[in-house]
Amino acid sequence: MSAQLLVFFILAALSVIGALSLIFQKHPIHSALSLIVVMVALAGLYLLMGAEFVAAVQIIVYGGAIMVLFVFVIMLLNAGLEEHTSISKMAGFPGILLALALTGFVAATVARSAGLFVQVAGDNGKIPGTLSSTRELSNMIFRNFAYPFELTSILILIAILGAIVLAHREN
Amino acid sequence: MVPTTYYIALSAVLFGLGVLAFIFKRNIITIFMSIELMLNAVNLAFVAFSQRTGKLDGQIFVLFVIIVAAAEAAVGLGIIILIARNRQSLNVERVDLLKL
Amino acid sequence: MIDFLSAHAEIIITLIKIVLLLFIVLTVNAYLTWFERKVVAHMQSRWGPHRVGPHGLLQPLADGAKFLLKEDPTPAGVDKFVYFLAPLLALGLALTSIAVIPFGPDPIRVLGHQVYLYIANPSIGLLVLFAITALGVYGVALAGWSSNSKYPLLGSLRSSAQMISYELALTLSVVGVLLMANSFNLTEIINAQSHPAWGVGILGWNIFSGPFPQILGFFCFFIAAIAETNRVPFDLAEAESELVAGFHTEYSSFKFAMFFIAEYTSMITVSCLCSILFFGGWLSPFPQSWTFTYYLPSLLLIPSGLWVIWDGIRYETIWGRLILPGIGTVIALLGLALALPQLQFVNVFIQGPFWLLGKILVFLFVYVWMRGTLPRFRYDQLMAFGWKLLLPVSIANVVLTAFFVLLRSNP
Repeated sequence: MSAQLLVFFILAALSVIGALSLIFQKHPIHSALSLIVVMVALAGLYLLMGAEFVAAVQIIVYGGAIMVLFVFVIMLLNAGLEEHTSISKMAGFPGILLALALTGFVAATVARSAGLFVQVAGDNGKIPGTLSSTRELSNMIFRNFAYPFELTSILILIAILGAIVLAHREN
Repeated sequence: MVPTTYYIALSAVLFGLGVLAFIFKRNIITIFMSIELMLNAVNLAFVAFSQRTGKLDGQIFVLFVIIVAAAEAAVGLGIIILIARNRQSLNVERVDLLKL
Repeated sequence: MIDFLSAHAEIIITLIKIVLLLFIVLTVNAYLTWFERKVVAHMQSRWGPHRVGPHGLLQPLADGAKFLLKEDPTPAGVDKFVYFLAPLLALGLALTSIAVIPFGPDPIRVLGHQVYLYIANPSIGLLVLFAITALGVYGVALAGWSSNSKYPLLGSLRSSAQMISYELALTLSVVGVLLMANSFNLTEIINAQSHPAWGVGILGWNIFSGPFPQILGFFCFFIAAIAETNRVPFDLAEAESELVAGFHTEYSSFKFAMFFIAEYTSMITVSCLCSILFFGGWLSPFPQSWTFTYYLPSLLLIPSGLWVIWDGIRYETIWGRLILPGIGTVIALLGLALALPQLQFVNVFIQGPFWLLGKILVFLFVYVWMRGTLPRFRYDQLMAFGWKLLLPVSIANVVLTAFFVLLRSNP
C-alpha cells in the first residue's frame, strides 16, 4: 500500500468517525467538535489532492469562522443536552424510506461511475501542480469568474444586513 | 495515487451521514450543522473531480460553496437566536407555528 | 543501522529539528516571563523577581517546578473531555505555528546533508499560519465553556467574539504584502524585500519600500495580532478585575501553564511574523557594501559580557558574585571568538538569524512595553475599534497597494 493510500484511509476513517460522532453525540458542543474533526480531515484530503489553497480556505473559513460562530451561538444560548421528542410520528417512516432511496441512488451512481474513471485513467489528466495551483486559481477567479465573484460579495453584504436585522432587539 | 472513485465513495458516505443527522437530530443547531456536513461532502467530490480532470473549475466552485455557506451560517444562526429567544427552546418540534 | 540512518536522513533530521526547536521555544518562553516581569517592574519603579538566583534568573525554573508540583483539582460538573482538550489544543496549535517560520537564509551542511533553518516551508506558508491562528479560538472558547462556571464562560464569549472580529483585519492587513511579494511563501516574501533603493537595506523593507509603503498595513497587523493573542490592551478575556481570571479561572497547575505557554508562544510567532512580513526578516538594515556590520554580533556581545562581569563583581549575594562573572566571561569570549578570522564562516552564517532575532526581541519588548503602559479597552470600545477603524483602514490599504502595484507594472 502506498503512503498516499495509507494517508487517505486514515483521513477518511477520521472523517467518517467524526460524522458518526456528530449523529451520536447528545450535546451540541460535542457535535460541533465532531464536525470540526470532519472538516480538518477533509482539508487534509484536499492537501493530498494538491488543492492547497482550498485546504487552507477550508480550515480558515469553515474551521475558523463558521464553526466558531456555531460554538459561539451554542455557548450564547447555553444549549443543553438534546431532548428526545417524537411529536411528529408520521415523519419517521417516510424519512427512513427516503434516506434509503437516496443511499441506493447515490451508491448506484458511484458504482456506475467507477467504470468511467478506470477508462479515463489512461489519458494525460494533468494534476494541478502544487506550486502554481494557487496562482492559476487566482487568475481564474479574477479573470474568468470575476462576475460571479463580485456577486458573492453582494450576497455576503445582504447576509450581514439580514443577520443584523434578525438579531436586532427592538426596544 | 488514490483512485478518484475512493474520494467519490467517501463523499457519498459523508453526504448520507449528513442526511441521517438531518433526519434524526432534534436540536436546530445540530440540524444546521448536518447541512454543513452535506456541503462539505459535496465539496470533496468537486475537488476530486477537479483533480481527475486536471481543471481548476471544481476548486473554484468549492470556494463559492464555502462563501455561500458562510453567508448562510450568518443568516441561519441569526434565525436560530431569534427562535431560541421567542420559544425558549432549541427543539425543532417545539417550533410548530407559522409565526414567531 | 548506518543504512537505516542514511535512508531516512530527511525524517531524522526533521525530528531532531523539531525537538531542538521545541526546547528553544520553551526555554525562550520561560525567560520571556522573567523578561516581562523585570521590564514591567522597572517601569513601575519596582525590582521584580530578585530572590531566586542572581537577578531572579532562576525564577522561571522555580515557576516551572511550582506548575508541575501543584495540586491539579478538576472542578465538579465540568465536561471532562473538553476540559482536558482545551489546553492541549491551545498549546499544540501555538507550538505548531512556529514550524513554518524560517529563521535564516542559508542551510547548514551537516554530514553531507543540507539542513535548512525551518521545519516546513510550504508554498502557502502564510495561509498555514492563518489557518492555525483561526483554529486557536477553540482553545479559549472551549476552556471557558467546559469549566461550568460563569466567569470563564463570560471571558470565553468575549474572547471568541473578539478573535473572530480581529481576524478579518489581521488577514486583510497582510494582503498588501502579498501583492508586493507575489507569493504566500515566507522565504519568498523576505527575498522580495532584498532589492532596496540605493542599496540601503532598510529601504527595501516592506514598511518603507515602494510601490506603497506598508505602514498602515503594519499598524493594522500589529494591533490585530495583539488582539488575537489576547494581550494588553485587548486582554478582556482574562480581565482580572472583572472576570477573576477569565477563561482559565478553573484551571490550575500544569493545565494553566499550558495556556500560559500558548499565549507566550503566540507572542513569539506574532513577533516573527511582524519582522518577516514588514521588516525584512533576516535582512540587515545597512547598505550591502558595509562589511563592518558583520562584526556587530561581536560588538554587541563583548560589551554586554563585560557589563555582566562588572555587575557580577558588585552583586550582593555570594552566589551572584560567583555565577554572574562566569556568565559574563562566556558571553564576552563568544563575542571574541566570532571576531576571529578563523571563525568567519560562522560569523557570516549567523548574520541572518542575528538580525531576525534582534527584530523579534524588539517586538517582544513592545509587547511588554504596552502591557506596562496601556489600560484595558472597554468591550464596546474594543468592538468599535476593530470594526469601525481597523477593518476600513486595512481595506483601504489593500486598495491603495493594489493601485500602486498596478501602476508600477504597467505605467
